[in-house]
Amino acid sequence: MMNHSQSTGADYNYTIVRQFALTTVLWGIVGMSVGVLIAAQLIWPQLNFETPWLTYSRLRPLHTNAVIFAFGTSALFATSYYVVQRTCQTRLFAPKLAAFTFWGWQAIILSAAITLPLGFTSGKEYAELEWPIDIAITVVWVCYAVVFFGTIVKRTTSHIYVANWFFGAFIITVAVLHIVNSMAVPVSLTKSYSMYSGAVDAMVQWWYGHNAVGFLLTAGFLGMMYYFVPKQAGRPVYSYRLSIVHFWALIALYIWAGPHHLHYTALPDWTQSLGMVMSLILFAPSWGGMINGIMTLSGAWHKLRTDPVLRFLVVSLSFYGMSTFEGPMMAIKTVNALSHYTDWTVGHVHSGALGWVAMVSIGSLYHLIPVLFNQGRMYSTNLVNVHFWLATIGTVLYIVSMWISGVMQGLMWRAVNADGTLTYSFVESLEASYPFYFVRFIGGVFFLTGMFIMAYNVIRTVKAPKDSLPALAEAKA
Amino acid sequence: MDYGTFQGILTIVVMVTFVGIFFWAYSKHSKSKFDEAANLVFADDDKPTTSQDSGEQK
Repeated sequence: MMNHSQSTGADYNYTIVRQFALTTVLWGIVGMSVGVLIAAQLIWPQLNFETPWLTYSRLRPLHTNAVIFAFGTSALFATSYYVVQRTCQTRLFAPKLAAFTFWGWQAIILSAAITLPLGFTSGKEYAELEWPIDIAITVVWVCYAVVFFGTIVKRTTSHIYVANWFFGAFIITVAVLHIVNSMAVPVSLTKSYSMYSGAVDAMVQWWYGHNAVGFLLTAGFLGMMYYFVPKQAGRPVYSYRLSIVHFWALIALYIWAGPHHLHYTALPDWTQSLGMVMSLILFAPSWGGMINGIMTLSGAWHKLRTDPVLRFLVVSLSFYGMSTFEGPMMAIKTVNALSHYTDWTVGHVHSGALGWVAMVSIGSLYHLIPVLFNQGRMYSTNLVNVHFWLATIGTVLYIVSMWISGVMQGLMWRAVNADGTLTYSFVESLEASYPFYFVRFIGGVFFLTGMFIMAYNVIRTVKAPKDSLPALAEAKA
Repeated sequence: MDYGTFQGILTIVVMVTFVGIFFWAYSKHSKSKFDEAANLVFADDDKPTTSQDSGEQK
């Protein structure tokens, strides 16, 4: 089975993995820079310079699309192509098609970066891109599925490692979600209208929206976790059995949670309650997975003291646990009555997006880059450590400020006087939010600075002379 | 069969399947195969001399 692992390794198709790994860093910087800019615009509105394509309303979807589909999805492409080859011990199926997924995906990212600031949008959150781009996404995604599952079919191992199950579920489900939610009637090259209307449209949109969270931003990154955490810790996953139950429970439950985005709307009451109950149950598999990841370190905790890469991975799991506790809680209708439409939601999203998705990707990349470029380690381990602290502090600043701001907004909006009139006007709640917007901006700057440090470290690692960066000897604790 | 009955049967089928998966995953029969699978992560080292965790292999 693994008779010549010495030579098979050299045969792996790393070109495509390298390309996606490097673009992950690039798009991370772009997407997060736009995020920092719009965070600043909320404090200093004049930063839109009276230019239509620099307004908050156009840059906000650019930010979300860039971080989710350019940064996050490039990370998923890189790691899934890497992990599926290494755990199936075979070369990537259809290398030309794989190359097409890279160039196709970059073309889609560029077209998004052009059309969104120009104001072309279908108006669906996280699915703003217009129909020609939607079709292109479908084509590239189907090719991705062919390459990924083709590789699994030609594997030389008997078992399909659990990480590939998560990657596979992510690829299939995202295809289904994208196609169903993007069904639209085009009226011109740049404008289309959703095929659905009213409450049905809203339900389809949030069935898509929440499962973009559940499958793209969770299942895919759990696939990453199941490979890179054991690999970096030097120990097999805590419980392989738990990972199987984790997988089936997670994919069976996530699909039902969407209605919690539509509490107290025109959606039928029973649908809202169903979405709430399913979201609560979802807590169990989420924490099962988190515990499985963190417990993989049992017996290797001392490595956290010396290895900032492992620190990234473990802290990402802690944030994952935190936001998957917070999520079910916010899905409870009475809690949602306070939290919905406030900054609490924004804080929750970023606890998942910065704390979990970005940090697990960054940790995985710090493991990947040296392997891909034939080095023993990153150019500077100290800079990895600096990045770790910038990212952690930035995330904490971000989510704590949004918690306080969100709860405050919720309380101010619901406050009524004895005669039934509202105690506060909307503008009063906005004014009260300014200090927290500033703290959020600072948190974003921290996180972005970390990404620039990462880019420098990556460039130095890529350009380093061959074998000039030997792996550090394991420090004995 | 009306829609409600169909949904009810489907729910039971999914539940039974899930419980089945649970018992299969935790059965003694699967133990050795899963141990092997869990170690796939380490079965693939291409360059033992430069790999970060060489020497620490399980």
